Amino acid sequence: MNLVVCVKRVPDTAESEVHIDASGKDIDKSRLSFGINECDNYAVEEAIQIKERLGGTVTVISLGPKENDEVIRMALAKGGDEAIRLEDEAFDGGDGFAVAKALAAAIKGLEFDIVFTGALADDDGYAVVPAALGELLGVPHATYVKKVEILEDGKRAKVGRELEGGLLEFLEIELPCVLGIQTGINEPRYASFKGIKQAAKKEIAIKSAADLGLDPSEVGESGSWAVLEKFTPPVVGEMAEILEGDPEETAAKLAAILKEKGLV
Amino acid sequence: MKDIFVLIEHRRGEMRDVSVEMLCGAAGLGGAVVAVLLGKDVDAFAEKAAGYADKVLYVNDPMFENYNSEAYQKALSALIKEHNPGLVLIGNTAQGIDLAPALAVELGAPLVTDVTALEMDGDKPKPTRQFYGGKLDAHMVMKDADLYILTVREATFQAGEPSKSGEIVKVENPVKEEITYRKFLEYVEPEVGEVDITQSTLLVGVGRGIREDKNLPIVEELAKALGADLAASRAVVDAGWLPADRQVGISGKTVKPKLYLAVGISGAFQHVTGMKGSEVIVAINKDPDAPIFGIADYGIVDDLFKVVPKLTEKIKELKGL
Repeated sequence: MNLVVCVKRVPDTAESEVHIDASGKDIDKSRLSFGINECDNYAVEEAIQIKERLGGTVTVISLGPKENDEVIRMALAKGGDEAIRLEDEAFDGGDGFAVAKALAAAIKGLEFDIVFTGALADDDGYAVVPAALGELLGVPHATYVKKVEILEDGKRAKVGRELEGGLLEFLEIELPCVLGIQTGINEPRYASFKGIKQAAKKEIAIKSAADLGLDPSEVGESGSWAVLEKFTPPVVGEMAEILEGDPEETAAKLAAILKEKGLV
Repeated sequence: MKDIFVLIEHRRGEMRDVSVEMLCGAAGLGGAVVAVLLGKDVDAFAEKAAGYADKVLYVNDPMFENYNSEAYQKALSALIKEHNPGLVLIGNTAQGIDLAPALAVELGAPLVTDVTALEMDGDKPKPTRQFYGGKLDAHMVMKDADLYILTVREATFQAGEPSKSGEIVKVENPVKEEITYRKFLEYVEPEVGEVDITQSTLLVGVGRGIREDKNLPIVEELAKALGADLAASRAVVDAGWLPADRQVGISGKTVKPKLYLAVGISGAFQHVTGMKGSEVIVAINKDPDAPIFGIADYGIVDDLFKVVPKLTEKIKELKGL
């Protein structure tokens, strides 16, 4: 199987404070750590597991600056074979559609059976790439995928999509296809020391918009369906009553409130 | 303004709430509201939708009994080309997000996903959506076009009472060719475990903030002292630290306990949807801007590893344990 996996490098904001920067269109990233987008980590693992079962190659693709090499190399260290990074100022500020166009242009030149992507990005949450990429490549797609089984003829796959309430929708899909992977589909491995050493030596092919035959107007902000006008803090309803004090005090206050409400 | 198409979503004999919400939301936008219903023998849904729409386009065909992106995309694309609406609303659901981006690419229509608020600038939508797990609102400007597509988050619009009686137009299935590349097989229910958290009176919900499974005893002790069951956010279940039947949220359970004590949970929409109906919500999180504080009744902004053991101590004292 020829497998392609698309990975994004994102700031980890789940447990950090997020501050809008002076431009109003971005956040202050100076104190944030970065890593692979969570779903993409599962997508990498799924691609590698299929390669281990059925043979083939895994090509890792990422759109972004040199810093993305870190997440690319980690995917290579786990079992990826080839790597392509799409880098061009023209790609800046693109939404999911603009990103999908750049990815499609890079993937069109490859032989592939399955393209894996994450189902959605932790930062923008667009969730557009899997279905848009399938359409751009002219192949079927499925997203929120939580089970993948390649059928015996190697030309179709049985795929389970996660729906609301945890219900799984099973379908049969023709290959080649694009699958958007949901978290929890597998247990992503850690890279071995040997793998990391080997990955450090692998070449990452760099492609610009021109290399991919893309006009700058097709990608980045100008090629997007929508652009960000500004960020604002979310509108919240009535905020929680925040209990003040050191842990001893706040714990005592909360315990008293729970007792008063008859919950203890 | 041109017509507004609203795709009616249904599954296993039920019309999903987001459908009526979108019909109600669309009613205030300016154009005639046209409900688009693809299904097999779902006349009842057509009638229900008619109560909220100016017109219902109903395609009754076995092809649409269960959702299939291939069949849905072909049918919608044909209906849109024929009827020429200016805006199409689709639920931002596991179905909608599997469908809308491909449809938008095919039709060359700008799409914004997961819309949480909507204003119109003439014929052009000005959607708001969220970034960073709900920590920021993003105000979007769409590219000028004749047709726009939005996927709308559940509960963005309020479902009201039916006030219209739109004409139900039965449309011949525009999809003439066979559906070949994607085939629906079956639905499989999630596994059921020992504890049914939907029945629990008290829940301690644990999230990513717990960092490692070896830290779980801290919250287990608290739950034990309270006599509560443990629930979890997606991250904790994905990591395999708690079983899937403990997951609260869109792809897990919806719970309404008397107390939901959220520990190390930031409060992304996906989780909050499943627990916002709890009677009393308490959150312990070190990020003062965590969205969970926006829905909690009481909050402690601090390190959970310091607060939770103290809280367990205090609860035990109160109970004389």
